Amino acid sequence: MNIIVCAKQVVDVSEIKVDPNTNKPILAGVPQKISDIDKNAMEEAIKIKEKHSGKITALTVGPADAKERIKELLAMGADEGILIAQPEKLDYYVLSNILAAAIKKIGEYDIILCGEASIDLFSGQIGPRIAGLLNIPQITYAQDITAEKEKVVSERNLGDKAVTIESSFPVMITVTKEINEPRLPSLMQILAAANKPIHDWSAEDVASEKLEPKITTVDIKGVPMERKNVIYQNDIDESVGKLVDSLIKEGVLR
Amino acid sequence: MVLVYSDDHKLTLELLNKGSELARELNKSLTAVIIGKDEFSKDYIAHGADKVVIAETELNQFKAEEYTDILEGVIKETGSETILISSNKNGKELASRLAAKFKAGCITDCTNVYLKDKKLTAERIVYSGNAVAVEQFNTIPQIVTIPSKVFDPLPKDEKHKGEVIKKKIDVQKSSSKILKVQEMKTEGVNVEDAEIIVSCGRGFKNKEDIKLVSELADVLKGRTVGCSRPIAADLKWLSEDHWIGLSGHKVKPKLYIAAGISGQIQHIAGMRDSGVIVAINKDPEALIFKSADYGIVGDLYEVLPKLTDAIKTKMG
Repeated sequence: MNIIVCAKQVVDVSEIKVDPNTNKPILAGVPQKISDIDKNAMEEAIKIKEKHSGKITALTVGPADAKERIKELLAMGADEGILIAQPEKLDYYVLSNILAAAIKKIGEYDIILCGEASIDLFSGQIGPRIAGLLNIPQITYAQDITAEKEKVVSERNLGDKAVTIESSFPVMITVTKEINEPRLPSLMQILAAANKPIHDWSAEDVASEKLEPKITTVDIKGVPMERKNVIYQNDIDESVGKLVDSLIKEGVLR
Repeated sequence: MVLVYSDDHKLTLELLNKGSELARELNKSLTAVIIGKDEFSKDYIAHGADKVVIAETELNQFKAEEYTDILEGVIKETGSETILISSNKNGKELASRLAAKFKAGCITDCTNVYLKDKKLTAERIVYSGNAVAVEQFNTIPQIVTIPSKVFDPLPKDEKHKGEVIKKKIDVQKSSSKILKVQEMKTEGVNVEDAEIIVSCGRGFKNKEDIKLVSELADVLKGRTVGCSRPIAADLKWLSEDHWIGLSGHKVKPKLYIAAGISGQIQHIAGMRDSGVIVAINKDPEALIFKSADYGIVGDLYEVLPKLTDAIKTKMG
C-alpha cells in the first residue's frame, strides 16, 4: 500500500504573542512545527502501513528549514520525505496545484492523507482541492479509518451526523484531531531517521505551468478584545454579591 | 451573476442576504441552487433570489464529487462569477473541490465579505483567533464560504419576483459508497441559539460536578451548558453539541459564564462575540480574565453554588 501524507510546517499558534499597541500578532521568531492535525494524518498512515505494509511518503511545500520538520515525520515512521521549495507568492490554488503535480510525479499512490486543516490558517482547502485536481474520491473530517486490501471504510464527523463511506483506491482522506494520538518517536527512531532520504524538488520540477495566486492577502489585522476586566478576588461571598449586582445593572439577568 | 448554494435550507437564507447585497452592488442578478427536490424555491425568491435553479437528480445523498459536478454545470450555464457557499463541513469540501475544478480562488469561513476597490474582499480569522486576514480575489470565478449566523436572513418579501428553472445535469457517478448515516450522540443542545450559556472546562474534577454548571444555568433560565474542548473532545463528559471554540460551535449569547476554563485562544475564538463575559477561575493569572467583563478569582466548587443561590434569592 502506498500512502502519501501531506504535511505543513506552521508557526506554533500557542506561542504567538500579540503586539499590545497594534493588536497584531507577532509572527517573527515564533517556533515552527508540523501542523498538529497533519501529525494525526501521519499516525493514521503508520497504522495502515503496520496492517498492510507498504510505503509512506511525507510531502511538504515549505522553506528550507522545513527539512527539520520532515525529519520528525521520518522518525515517526515515514519512509521518505519530499520537500518542495515554497514559491514566493502562493495561495491555496498554487499550493494545491504543486502538491497534486508532485503526487502525479510520485505516480503510485493508494491513499493520500491530510489534516482537516492546518492550525495556522485553518482553511481546510488543500485536501479537497488535491482530490479535485486528481479527480479521485474524497473523504473529509474522518474520525475513523479502516483500510482493507482493496478499499477503505471511513467515518466522517459532520458534527450532528456521522457518515460512513466506503471507497476504492486511490482516495484522498482528511482526518480530524480526534482520530488518534500521534506517537512520539523513540531516540532510536530519531537516530534512524537521519538515514532516510529527503528529496528536494522545486515547483518547476513538478508543475507544467507557471502558477499565479488567485488571492492576495492584503492585510493581517489584530483582533481587539476590549472587555471591562472587573475582577473580584477577595472574600467569595462579597465577590458573588458584587457580581450579581453588576449583572443586574448590565440587564442580562431575567 | 451571483450564485448561492447550501445543502441546508436555513443557511441558504443567510447566504441570500449577503448574495442580494453583492448582486445589487455588482449590478448582477442572484441565483439560488437547489439540488434534488424543489421544496424551497418560493421561499428563496421571497428572500431575494431572482432565479432558482433546480438541478434535478436521482442522487439523494451528498457526495462532494457528485455535487461539485452539478454545481460546476450550473455555474457554467448561468455564467456565475461570484459563488457563496455555506461553511458547514459539506459546504467547505464542496467549495474547495469546486475551486480546484475552476482553477479559482476560494476563501473559507469568511466573517465578512464586501467589495473594495471593485474587488471582492473577505475577512477570515487566522492564527487560532489571534488575527483577521483580509484577502482579495484577483480573478473570477471567486468562491467564498460563510459560516452560519454571520448574516441573518432578510425579512421575507412575498412581492419579490423570480423564475424557477429546472435543469437536468449529467453527473459522473462517484465510485465511493455511503454505507451508513448516523445521528451523532447529542443531548439536543443548541448553543448557537442560546441567550445565556454557562460553560465548564478543565477546572472540573469529575463528570458529576458538571451539575454545578447546569444548576446555575437553570436559575439563569438559560438552561444551556457549554464546554471547552477537553470536556467534549478528550474526556467526552458532554456531547460535541456543547463544545464552544474554534473547532466547536461559535456562540454569541447575551451572557456567557466560563467556569474552570483557562481561556485558550481557541476557546475565546468561539465566544468572543458574547455580550457580557464572566469568568470564574482559581488562578488569578488565567488568560480567561483578559477576555472577561467580570471575573471572580476563586474555587469554582465554592463560587458556583453561592452564585446560584445568590441569583435565586435576587431574582426570585
